Amino acid sequence: MGENTRHVSETVERFLDSTLDSVDSAEELAVGAAERAGFDDDDLMKIGMAVRESMVNAVVHGNRYNANKKVRLSVTRNSGRFTVRIADEGEGFDFDHLPDPLLHENFMRTSGRGIFLIRSFMDEFEIRRLDPGGTEVTLVKYMVSK
Amino acid sequence: MSVKLNVRQVGDVSVVDVAGRITLGEGSSALRDALRDMVTKGQKKILLNLGDVSYIDSSGIGELVSGFTSVTNSGGQLKLLNLTKRVQDLLQITKLYTVFDVHDSEVSAIRSFQ
Repeated sequence: MGENTRHVSETVERFLDSTLDSVDSAEELAVGAAERAGFDDDDLMKIGMAVRESMVNAVVHGNRYNANKKVRLSVTRNSGRFTVRIADEGEGFDFDHLPDPLLHENFMRTSGRGIFLIRSFMDEFEIRRLDPGGTEVTLVKYMVSK
Repeated sequence: MSVKLNVRQVGDVSVVDVAGRITLGEGSSALRDALRDMVTKGQKKILLNLGDVSYIDSSGIGELVSGFTSVTNSGGQLKLLNLTKRVQDLLQITKLYTVFDVHDSEVSAIRSFQ
């Protein structure tokens, strides 16, 4: 787990190293918080996998395992919303033109399903470029039925 | 726990018992190496028993697709056995459930190989 942990109200924020160990740590932290928030096993799996896929994108594709770059993770619980934000310091990617993994021509691709799964598992998903660099994703799961 | 693989031979079918997590890193690379090894050795009938797979991510799904493609391209068949609900749900969401030949009985799975 990286350094610089601080708690602000109902938010936990951490700055994580760009390693696969951080992927496990982030998933564990988010699932633990979601469990305390009262989500059932099915939702815990969905939140955990969405966080894992987002962290993999940040560590592998964003920061490219660069030891000098961090991944910022924040987990917030308020107003019936469970929100996870994950930001990298990478060069970004063209998220407006991601291939649709459900199209027949993409069926047998060995990659490209991460963001599709995140969208499937969370109630809200946003992705934005950061200034001066990096990408931030915001994942939201509603704590009560819509 | 990461992933554990055990290969056993039932007639001319290689049954791979997979347990643990198939995720980016150790888990997915272990599965990739095992399948590559079997294809290299000319094994044509491969049954992946995923009954004890607790977790699979998009990288793991990619390895299943990659394995299926490489076995098929070498003239073989790769089938899946004993999907947990979680893995089954993932294959349905990604529409890959229709790509794989999925069985819930080892006997019938082995019999289905031609």
